[in-house]
Amino acid sequence: MALFSLTKGQEAQAAIEAAALRSDRFRQDREGDWKRLEAIVTRMEKGRLRRIADEDVLALPVLYRTVASSLSVARETSLDAATLAYLESLVQRAWFLVYGPRTTLWSWLGRFFGGEWGRAVRSIWREMAVALLLMIAGTVIGWQLCLHDPDWYYALFPADGDPRVPGASAAELKEVLFGNQGQEGLSVFAASLFSHNAGVAILCFALGFAFGIPPLLLLIQNTTLLGAMLWLHDDKGLLIDLIGWLSIHGTTELFAILLSGAAGLHVGRSMAFPGDRSVLEAAAAAGQRAAVVMAGVVFMLVCAGMLEGLGRQLINDTTQRLVVGYTILAFWLAYFFLFRRVPATSDAE
Amino acid sequence: MSEHAVKNPGRPKRSDRRRTLVTPEGIALPLTLASRGTRFGALLIDLAIILAAVILVTVVLAYSGIGMLRSVGEDLDKLQGSARYSLEFLIILYIALMFLFRHGYFLYFELGPRGATPGKRMTGIRVAARDGGRLSTEMVLARNLLRDVELTLPLAAMAEVVGGGGIVAWAALAWLAVFALFPFLNHDRLRAGDLVGGTWVVEAPKSKLEAAMSTGAAATTGTSQTTGAAYRFGEAELAIYGEFELQTLERVLRENRPEALVAVHEAICRKIGWNPGAGDERAFLEAYYTQLRGRLETGMRMGQRKADKHA
Repeated sequence: MALFSLTKGQEAQAAIEAAALRSDRFRQDREGDWKRLEAIVTRMEKGRLRRIADEDVLALPVLYRTVASSLSVARETSLDAATLAYLESLVQRAWFLVYGPRTTLWSWLGRFFGGEWGRAVRSIWREMAVALLLMIAGTVIGWQLCLHDPDWYYALFPADGDPRVPGASAAELKEVLFGNQGQEGLSVFAASLFSHNAGVAILCFALGFAFGIPPLLLLIQNTTLLGAMLWLHDDKGLLIDLIGWLSIHGTTELFAILLSGAAGLHVGRSMAFPGDRSVLEAAAAAGQRAAVVMAGVVFMLVCAGMLEGLGRQLINDTTQRLVVGYTILAFWLAYFFLFRRVPATSDAE
Repeated sequence: MSEHAVKNPGRPKRSDRRRTLVTPEGIALPLTLASRGTRFGALLIDLAIILAAVILVTVVLAYSGIGMLRSVGEDLDKLQGSARYSLEFLIILYIALMFLFRHGYFLYFELGPRGATPGKRMTGIRVAARDGGRLSTEMVLARNLLRDVELTLPLAAMAEVVGGGGIVAWAALAWLAVFALFPFLNHDRLRAGDLVGGTWVVEAPKSKLEAAMSTGAAATTGTSQTTGAAYRFGEAELAIYGEFELQTLERVLRENRPEALVAVHEAICRKIGWNPGAGDERAFLEAYYTQLRGRLETGMRMGQRKADKHA
C-alpha cells in the first residue's frame, strides 16, 4: 500500500493534530453561516415570506454560494459523513429556493397575457394549420356521409329524445335554435359547459403525447358531428341560423379545441421528429410551449362557456349572433398574430 | 428520509436512483430520485385529500342548497329573486370548485416554494427541473396536464374491461396502460407528465447538523476521562481501515448504542491485536475514530484516498 510510505512521516503529527481535526475546525469556523442559511430556508419553505427580514432575503443567494463552496471544500478535506450529508441537503434545499419558481401568480399572468401566450400560439402555427384542415375535413365528411345516407346521422349523433333528427320539421329545429328565451339558470348552464369543454380540451392535449394521432381522431370525430348537424339544418333551409347559433360561442370554443389539438400535435410531432436535440429535450421544450397554449385554452373556454350559456340565450337573432361571434374571432386572431410584444423577462424558449 | 440516507448509505437499491445535478455554480449536487412506491404513496395521499375536500364541499353546499329549498316547501318554482340567484351561485361555485380540485390542486402546491403537494411533502419528495435550472410555471403546468391519460383514462378503461367490455375495451386498456406504467419503462422513473414538462421527482432530504466529532476529551487528547488511559495508535494500527470503516464507526458513535459500541470495540481490538478491556469502549472508539480520520484526511489532502480496508 502506497499510503503507508507517503503518510509515514506525518503519523506522529496526525496524533497531535487530533487535538481538533483540521476538518472539524473548518466546520466550526463556518457553522454560523450554515445555521443561518438553514433557518432562512426553513422559514421560506414554510411559506412565511412576510416574516422573513429583508436582509435575510438578500442574504439568501450570498449564503447559498458560501455554503455551496463550504460543501466543495468539505468534500475534498473532510470525512465526516454526517456533516457532508447535512451540507448536501442544505445546499440542495437552498438551491431549490434560489432557483425555484419565483414568479408570483400575478406577474406570471401579466407575462402570459402580455405576449407569452400569443408567442406560444404563433410557435405552433404549423400544427394549427393541420388541425384546421382536419376540422374542415371532418365537417365535410360528416356532411357528405349524411347526404348520401341519412342513417349515418343516427350513427354519428345518437339522439335520445333530441328533436334534431332527419325528418324533423323546420319548426322543431327552430325551436331548439331560438326557443331558449327567458330560461333561468343560464349561468349554471355556462359553468357546466365550461367544465365539460375544458375537460375535453385537456384530454385532447394529453392524448397528443401518443405521437399526435389521438387528437387527430378526436378533432375529426367532433367535427364530423358538426358536419352532420349542418347537413340536417341545410335540408330545412336553416343553415345560416344554425351557423349563427353555433358561431356566437363556437368561434371561441372551436378555436380553443383547435388550439388544444394543435398543442397536442406539437408535442407529438416534436417527439417523433426531435431534430438535432434528444427526444427528451425536444419533448420538454414542446411540452412547456404547449402548456402555455393550454392555459390560454382554459381561459378561452371560460369565455366560450359564458357566450354559450348567457350570450346565445339572450341574443335571439341570427345576425346579431353572427356579429358577436365573428367580432370575437377577429379579436382572438388579432391578439395572437398582430399583438407581438415579447415580454422582457421571458424564459420560455 | 434523510436519516435513512445517512444511516444506510450502502443500501443496494439506492445506487441506481442516484443522479448528479450540476448547479449553475458548477457544484455537483447528488440527488436521489424518488422511488415509484413513494410516489404512488404520495399520489394516494393526495387523492385522499382531494376526495375528502370534494366530499366536504359537496356536503356543505348540498346542505345549504337543501336548506334553501326547504324554506320554499321544496318547490323549485317558488324560489324567487335573490334566493334563486343564491341557489344558482351555489351550483356554479360547486362546478368551479370541482374543476379546481381536479385540475388546480397539483398545480397550486407544486408551484409553491416546496415544489410538492401535501402528499409529496409527507413522503419527503418534490418536483425538480431535470436540466438543473429553475422549475418554471410552464413545466409544472405541462406535467399536470397529462394526469388524465395517466390516471383517469386507464382507470375508466379498466372499469370498462371489468364491466365486460369487448375487444375494444381491452385494446384501449392495453394502450392506456403504456401511459399509466410509464414510470416503469424508463431509467429515470419519469411519468409521461415529467417527460413533457422536463421535470423529475426527487427525494427532498432534510438533515440536522450533528455535533462535531473531534471535540470530546478522548478525541482531542486521546485520554479517557473515566479511566485516565491514553490511547495512542500507531501507523500500522491505523492503516488497516479506510473511509468506509471510518464512516461506519462514525455512525456507531453517533447512534451511541452500548451493545454496538462493545461489539465494534472488540472487533477493532482483535484486528489491531490489542487486548479488549471493558467499560471504556466509547473513549477508545472516539480516540481511534479521531486519529483514523486525521490520518485519512491528511492522506486526502495529499491526494491519496483509501476507500475501504481492501483498498
